[in-house]
Amino acid sequence: MEHRPIKTDADTRDHLVVIGNGMAGCRAVEELLARDPARYRVTIFGAEPRVNYNRIMLSPVLAGEKSFDDIVINDAEWYAANGIALVAGDPVVAIDRGTKTVTTRGGATESYDRLLIATGSDPFIIPVPGKDLPGVIAFRDMDDVDTMLAAADAGGDAVVIGGGLLGLEAAHGLSLRGMKVTVIHLMPTLMERQLDEAAGWLLKQALEGRGQTILTGADTAEIVGNGKVEGVKLKDGTLIPASLVVMAVGIRPSVALARDAGLAVGRGIQVDDHMVTSDPHVLAVGECVEHDGQVYGLVAPLWDMCRSLADGLVEQPTGYRGSVTSTKLKVSGIDVFSAGDFSGGDGCEDIVLRDASRGVYKRVIVRDDRIVGAVLYGDTADGSWYFDLLKKQEDVSDLRDLLIFGQSFASGGGAADPKAAVAALSDDAEICGCNGVTKGQVVSCIAKGAHSLDAVRGTCKASASCGSCTGLVENLLALTLGDDVQAGPKTMCKCTSFGHDDVRREIVAQAMRSIPEVMQQLHWTTPDGCSSCRPALNYYLLCALPGDYVDDQQSRFVNERMHANIQKDGTYSVVPRMWGGLTNPTELRAIADVVEKFNAPMVKVTGGQRLDIFGIKKEDLPAVWADLNAAGMVSGHAYGKSLRTVKTCVGSEWCRFGTQDSTGLGVKIERMSWGSWMPHKFKIAVSGCPRNCAEATIKDFGIVCVDSGYELHVGGNGGIHVRATDLLCKVATEQEAMDYCAAFIQLYREEARYLERTAPWIERVGVDYVKARIADDPAGREALRARFLVSQSFSQDDPWAQRAEGAEAEHHAPMARFIPQEELA
Amino acid sequence: MTTPEWLDIGWVDQIPVRGSRTVQVEGGDDIAVFRTAEGKVFALLDRCPHKHGRLSQGIVHGGAVACPLHNWRISLSTGEALGEDKGCTPTVPVKIDGGRVLICRASTLKAAA
Repeated sequence: MEHRPIKTDADTRDHLVVIGNGMAGCRAVEELLARDPARYRVTIFGAEPRVNYNRIMLSPVLAGEKSFDDIVINDAEWYAANGIALVAGDPVVAIDRGTKTVTTRGGATESYDRLLIATGSDPFIIPVPGKDLPGVIAFRDMDDVDTMLAAADAGGDAVVIGGGLLGLEAAHGLSLRGMKVTVIHLMPTLMERQLDEAAGWLLKQALEGRGQTILTGADTAEIVGNGKVEGVKLKDGTLIPASLVVMAVGIRPSVALARDAGLAVGRGIQVDDHMVTSDPHVLAVGECVEHDGQVYGLVAPLWDMCRSLADGLVEQPTGYRGSVTSTKLKVSGIDVFSAGDFSGGDGCEDIVLRDASRGVYKRVIVRDDRIVGAVLYGDTADGSWYFDLLKKQEDVSDLRDLLIFGQSFASGGGAADPKAAVAALSDDAEICGCNGVTKGQVVSCIAKGAHSLDAVRGTCKASASCGSCTGLVENLLALTLGDDVQAGPKTMCKCTSFGHDDVRREIVAQAMRSIPEVMQQLHWTTPDGCSSCRPALNYYLLCALPGDYVDDQQSRFVNERMHANIQKDGTYSVVPRMWGGLTNPTELRAIADVVEKFNAPMVKVTGGQRLDIFGIKKEDLPAVWADLNAAGMVSGHAYGKSLRTVKTCVGSEWCRFGTQDSTGLGVKIERMSWGSWMPHKFKIAVSGCPRNCAEATIKDFGIVCVDSGYELHVGGNGGIHVRATDLLCKVATEQEAMDYCAAFIQLYREEARYLERTAPWIERVGVDYVKARIADDPAGREALRARFLVSQSFSQDDPWAQRAEGAEAEHHAPMARFIPQEELA
Repeated sequence: MTTPEWLDIGWVDQIPVRGSRTVQVEGGDDIAVFRTAEGKVFALLDRCPHKHGRLSQGIVHGGAVACPLHNWRISLSTGEALGEDKGCTPTVPVKIDGGRVLICRASTLKAAA
């Protein structure tokens, strides 16, 4: 992608140049923007020709669980919205600290006031003969993943050198992609830095059970091949054939640029507590730095560093004090956890629990009555509790007998009383890992008046992200308030602890794109949801990311899948659109022809001024649509949670009372809003005078034309509970009436819950709220209207036309026919 | 392959995941063939025990399908209505052989009759 640094004469702000468009560099910029978005002009240089993505998620991409788009952290819009210039695909090759400039490989030079180096780390390539052969790669960036996917498509054997986390994830992904995979590991057990021998052995057994070959204690002698890789030879002479070799033996801080620039470099670029290097104008963050003798290769410390760095940049220095790390991982779907020092040795006591049938192994290492390390395999639920005890160096002598059974037992309450376990937690125990909220913070937020789960989520953010700590927060509410806990709004369905509004908020905040992603991130309790949450999620995704979300046909109600209304006998009814209630001889003839040709038993004029053709068989639907399309008619969406109809009266053109052209306006509004999916069905009407012949005051959006302009009415409903509209406001022109209508529709689309019509929605939020958003806020109204039009640019295609051309034809035909007397047709 | 006991109706891949297809039975009701998210395949008479809704048109979730007419949930493995509702839809044994779906002839005839 092409990006040019934004530089105008007017922009005299200090220029912050960031080298590295990865997780650390971008996170540092995010933290900076959160503190003072106007302070610096920012330019980011990235070596890869891509936006910022989550490198940790490359494994799911390789395994086919995610696509590249799923792992983008900040898309092009983020750079644009924050005025950040991104130079992607042209790496910085030199820093001149004298002139305070950086130069790229392409020859561009950029001057800086502050420079941030976030170059991360480079994969370590073991220096054996053949290491440069085509087909030998690292597992570090999206290009590597693309290479692996291409190799997997071609099939064959793969060798992964390195039995650490990265190597095993590469092996898992390639194995899922159908390659025969051998893992070569130098050490006697897998993942020896995270797991002890026993857990490493269990892991090896599990992976071998899945068809991988694991060679431990295996030393690579050379990579063989003529022009491209053909195999790997070990020092004991074994030759393993391979068309792909992945080196995943480790990473090293990427320091060449900093070293060439004369900065102080040890194992990494040396920084102080504020992430400042030996040059006060140059900062560094992430895997490329060395702080207090330590280098880090995990995400958590990196976030700590970015916070300290951003504080320093806006002169609120807090300072980085190093991080104690734990590792909680899923390796090929198996949970593993480790923290601290588990090498054992003098003065250490090991407490071990093995449960072979469950595949669980736990080991806690205690020295002087304090936990110094822990290894968990197969069940990592208590990992954070052990880690908490370890970090605080708490005396565990009282817990010792029960320690290995986990928190609920050791806390004294036993598994039967989860409240006791929560009560036993210390105030600074972490409750919500996503948002870093401690028990003390949750309790104080409850004490200050947050008396429901929803209120806690709204104030201190605990349980507001992935939701896995919801149970803990509920227990804290019960402990703190007893019976005074207020029940929150109902959850979406039994599959989740979240309500509709929470789910919508998280979809937007995390830019989630697909239903499986929402279910994963928000810890759905059912494998694939139910018939009430899936259609709702599909709609919420569609509304949040039009054009970018992944639609799921199987999560749509049958009417929306078949683009027709299912009737009680299993046949369908079909309603073509009649714009503003108008029709003509061609359309009427086409409808009449369809009725005859397909033996439709009934045609009916609907309440919304259209013709409904009943009794069409599922297999005939594509042919019916083709005939109606041929006469210029499109789907009326009478089957969907969407804009149905715009009812009109005849207005000033013919009516002796008509004050405005209500029919013409109705047509225009229908042309603007057709095809839009909504939380529920949505009806519009336009009446040409206060006699209101189109019954606009019982529609979701109604317009009553008067001499001086247009009265806009909202929230009306026929149906079981008849509700007359509220007056939104009065406007002078047709254009305003259209604009207000678009803004109102979008507000409803974005904020109402699925299957909530406008009437109950407005009663819930109050008509004053709607007036404040639409009538009293011109900028907000315009933004809503603009978002509606963007969404419409993706949705105004006639679903009938696509199906008539053969899309999803198989849904209309039986898979097979069974004729009992004869053979299968 | 098709035998006197088993009827070959096509490839597993012809049934959408979390979706269904039908088998038309001459002189009787359709059979609905479902494929779950986990890749299991089930066959039921395409009639909800409640008001005879076409189960093949419902939303498949977990091991159940929600009838499109009144949202009864029917177990794909037993044909029983789940939750508070009572009723049962005949099931047809299915087996997969080399990626082909086979349904039991006798049960198909009995169910569809």
